[in-house]
Amino acid sequence: MADQVLFYFFAGLAVLSAILVVTSRNTVYSAVFLITTLLATGGIFLTLRAEFLFAVQIILYVGGIMVLFVFVIMLVNLDVSVRQLQFNRQKWVATLLSLVLGGELLAAFALARNNQQGRDLLGLPQAAATALEPNTELVGKVLFEKYMIPFEIASVLLLVALIGAVVMGKKRI
Amino acid sequence: MESMQALIEFFRPHLLPLIYALVIVAVLPLLVGYVVLLERKVMADMQARLGPMRVGPHGLLQPIADAVKLLLKEDITPANADKVIFWVAPIISVTAGLLALAALPFGPAFLIADLNIGLLFIVAISSMGLFGIVLGGWASNSHYSLMGALRSAAQLVSYEVAAGMALVSGVLLAGTLSTRLIVENQSAQGVWFIFLSPFAFFIYLVASIAETNRAPFDMPEAESELVAGYMTEFSGFRWSLYFLAEYANIIVVGGIATTLFLGGWKRPFAGTSRMDFLDYFPALFFVALAGYCFYRAPKQPVAVQKMVMALFGGLCLLLAAPLAAGLVPPLAGWKAPVHGGFWFVAKVMSYIYFFLWIRFTFPRYRFDQLMQLGWHFLIPLSILNVLSLGIGLVLHRQGGWSLGLAMGFSTVLTLIAAFGLAYASEHRRPVTEGEAEAG
Repeated sequence: MADQVLFYFFAGLAVLSAILVVTSRNTVYSAVFLITTLLATGGIFLTLRAEFLFAVQIILYVGGIMVLFVFVIMLVNLDVSVRQLQFNRQKWVATLLSLVLGGELLAAFALARNNQQGRDLLGLPQAAATALEPNTELVGKVLFEKYMIPFEIASVLLLVALIGAVVMGKKRI
Repeated sequence: MESMQALIEFFRPHLLPLIYALVIVAVLPLLVGYVVLLERKVMADMQARLGPMRVGPHGLLQPIADAVKLLLKEDITPANADKVIFWVAPIISVTAGLLALAALPFGPAFLIADLNIGLLFIVAISSMGLFGIVLGGWASNSHYSLMGALRSAAQLVSYEVAAGMALVSGVLLAGTLSTRLIVENQSAQGVWFIFLSPFAFFIYLVASIAETNRAPFDMPEAESELVAGYMTEFSGFRWSLYFLAEYANIIVVGGIATTLFLGGWKRPFAGTSRMDFLDYFPALFFVALAGYCFYRAPKQPVAVQKMVMALFGGLCLLLAAPLAAGLVPPLAGWKAPVHGGFWFVAKVMSYIYFFLWIRFTFPRYRFDQLMQLGWHFLIPLSILNVLSLGIGLVLHRQGGWSLGLAMGFSTVLTLIAAFGLAYASEHRRPVTEGEAEAG
């Protein structure tokens, strides 16, 4: 019961602030609402008892990426950006894409309903009522044992992006 | 009736944490006030002055007078400020500072939330306090504030990496992220982690000074350049909220350092029974403090001051009572939690005292020097330290070396790396004007 109340609270907050991110005219407000969206998503991780993901979500997205966003936004001349066109004219493409995405989600629900064991009303897997094993260890084991090679490839990819950014940003190194 | 029962059952496990949270929220402002008084007194001492002397003996009641003044001051919002964000920003800062305290273990039982990701939680939540500073600086619509906010953001993002890496070194030694288990594992190994990995502690110390915007790294509020930085336009209660957040953050970093490197709530030499006489120290300390308060109370010039001094003395006796009670055999169960709180706060206070020391002895850095120190020295050093510590731990756990030998070896490795880095940053080709503009 409490779990569901919390879930709907966080989910509603996430959706509402996500809408406000795109509709606010002021970029700083958009950034603030994006922070709320990310925090609410972190809250959903918590209701699923994935504390490690919650902490990483906040450290990476809120504490890292959003700080850089806000940092850049503050240097932008807001008076000019407020007067600029806010939406581009691709609403038919956008509608089509969102319909496809919605259909996909519904199909996923419909397919998942088939196996009932340990699933909730919508047929989705449910977190155990008691605390899981310590998440940090679980995530670490999966990353470094099962998905070792993809993990390393992703790290190399990030390194390449990092070096690329430095090379493009600086004329002389 | 039955639903009532269910409600009580539901809230029962949350009752104790709730009380702890209330205690922390109530005590923290008082503690902050006295940290500020301590700061002013230490500063005065180092500058051969007396510092606050008027309110109470040696200014002991100054924090209370200051708090009353701050609450009664006019609260001004600049005309062109962004009202909503200006209103929210200090609250974000203070909330983050207070929330981070939730995972700090003040004692074996005095811990609001025993999370298995405790340390990560503290780091995550306290990094959110930055938004209070950045948004407040932006919303003030003032150049000083904006510059302060920008500097603060850049500084925090840079030093968070070094601090995080230093924490990783500590976590490698402890083998867990839960703050309570870190302290337990530390006392199980019989030595504070500061002695096993002095470099991690050093890096965390420097990075935490930069993260809490303290001198010599107080660029976001450098008064000679930016008036008061991001706080320039804030006044009255809002300003005091920022102040509270700043000191709450100092207490949080002190708490992290205490938990991870200084043995947490355990008394010094917790394992040696020969040092058991240290258990008498907390109670005697408070009795002495109470005695001083009662001795000075009749000598105060104003009746209110006499009363408050006497009240203080009573408060100290009240604190001494549970500390002494733990020493009596029938009440031995009290000892661990109550003494834990005392030692934890004492260690945090010594860490803060060290901050003050540094603040009044070092001149302020220039902003580019600050960035250079962070990116060219501290971050590489912290990464190398994690590496060498890992080597040391493998030698200890798989190679059969003794803990002290392995850790000494890894410290020597880091020391060599530190000299190398220092040499490299001394002999770096300086960036010329043209290059700086080219990007």
